[in-house]
Amino acid sequence: MTKSRLIDDGLFIQADDGPRLVGSSCRSCGTTTFPRQESCPKCTRVDMADSILPRRGTLWSFTVQGFRPKPPYAGPAEFVPYGVGYVELPGAVLVEAVLTENDPERLHIGDEMELVLRPLRRDPDGTEVLTFAFAPAR
Amino acid sequence: MDVAIVGIGIHPFGRHEGVSGRQQGAYAVREALKDAGVSWADIQFAVGGSHSAGDADSLVSDLGLTALPFVNVYNGCATGGSSLIMADTLIRSGAHDLGIVVGFDKHPRGAFDTDPATLGIGSWYGETGLMLTTQFFALKAQRYLHDHGISRSALAKVAVKAYYNGSLNPNAWRRLPLGEEEVNASVMLSHPLTQYMFCSPGEGGVALVLCRADRARKYTDKPVYLRSAELRSRLFGSFEVFSPWLAVERAESPSEQASRAAFEAAGIGPAEVDLAQVQDTDCGTEISHLAECGLCKHGEQEELLRTGATSIGGSLPVNTDGGCIANGEPIGASGLRQIHENVSQLRGAAGARQVPGEPKVAFSHVYGAPGVSACTVITT
Ligand SMILES: [Zn+2]
Repeated sequence: MTKSRLIDDGLFIQADDGPRLVGSSCRSCGTTTFPRQESCPKCTRVDMADSILPRRGTLWSFTVQGFRPKPPYAGPAEFVPYGVGYVELPGAVLVEAVLTENDPERLHIGDEMELVLRPLRRDPDGTEVLTFAFAPAR
Repeated sequence: MDVAIVGIGIHPFGRHEGVSGRQQGAYAVREALKDAGVSWADIQFAVGGSHSAGDADSLVSDLGLTALPFVNVYNGCATGGSSLIMADTLIRSGAHDLGIVVGFDKHPRGAFDTDPATLGIGSWYGETGLMLTTQFFALKAQRYLHDHGISRSALAKVAVKAYYNGSLNPNAWRRLPLGEEEVNASVMLSHPLTQYMFCSPGEGGVALVLCRADRARKYTDKPVYLRSAELRSRLFGSFEVFSPWLAVERAESPSEQASRAAFEAAGIGPAEVDLAQVQDTDCGTEISHLAECGLCKHGEQEELLRTGATSIGGSLPVNTDGGCIANGEPIGASGLRQIHENVSQLRGAAGARQVPGEPKVAFSHVYGAPGVSACTVITT
């Protein structure tokens, strides 16, 4: 079995049903951020707790990245256009993420989306690096 | 103490092999001095900057070592606007009578490659392919068209206008008019925006000589007055470039905040504007920024474009020099290019692209990372 790791452990938390995105929630005003942040950008207080983000949400806007970004982009050697969007996770935040769908005709504002992990690249030792993405919900 | 703009200078925008950004800045300064009929030794202070082409204050090596105070501004797309605000304050306060602002830049080809760490964002954001301004503008356009019932065909109309205006401007980079079909058929960079719907990072330099308004006629027959210059950053809930997340609630954008502040400070309303330069990093933002700046209603833009209202002969000419789309975006110079164009227009000296009817009020607006906007109102 291939070894794998998450691109940045700080973005995730292990829940019963697998890795979930984790942000911060302000103990004073309830504002949620992603990723974690020490202070609240709304009320300015420095009193944040971890907040596990919902796994499902709706597509708020989308595009398709049509050309290979310059470094620090570290995707596969052979470039394949990828979708990018903001997914509104109800009552929490809108998260910007890669989308598994790259055909703009198959993406619509308001579509139901769900969190998945997706391989980005391999480390020099062969370890597969996984990042988060959103896929159209089944 | 009011402030007047009495000299303007520009180094043509585009690509200039073998000419450094600093040289383009120095050229613009000399042109502005010539225009005002003053020498470098007369200038009491300078403010300016570039994003990627060196320190503006080092221009004294080339322009002359006169011991003047020279403040560097490093404020992204708002570098020009911020420099102007500083210069305005220095004159308005009575500290100085005559000064200069300068902005220049020279960027490598291709999209900007910003290090996420400079904005406090983790390296994962760049590695996974999210650190692109082009994506933001596409995401914004997609959502804006959806929210306000504007069709995708409006996007190409903005580009066609930009390239046409650029063809009339000897200082523009893109001087070849293009049709809607060519714009739509160019490479799809970030759906729904094609290559020709975007501006490109480029090169250029602009300088402005400013003085106390009561002395303006000493330097020029056609002074133009700086009525206001305002800068704003993000509010909680705004939707900005390089945002790994957004709040669920929406708030006014920096462009809405800065433009309203600029109109209020000037005591002039958007309805009185005779021409405007608004940030057109891409076709979508010219459309959204027009409404964010109060120059039209949300959703009204498609009709304005269809009827030619935002063309040079229309009721509200916008980006008369071709904007960022035809001039490219040398970050440090871009905001001052807009002022250069507005001053040229108010002087009646814009040549083939002159707005008819002796315009008297001109507005400018820049927007950039990580969510800043600077707006100005100038009048005859
Ligand atoms: Zn809070």
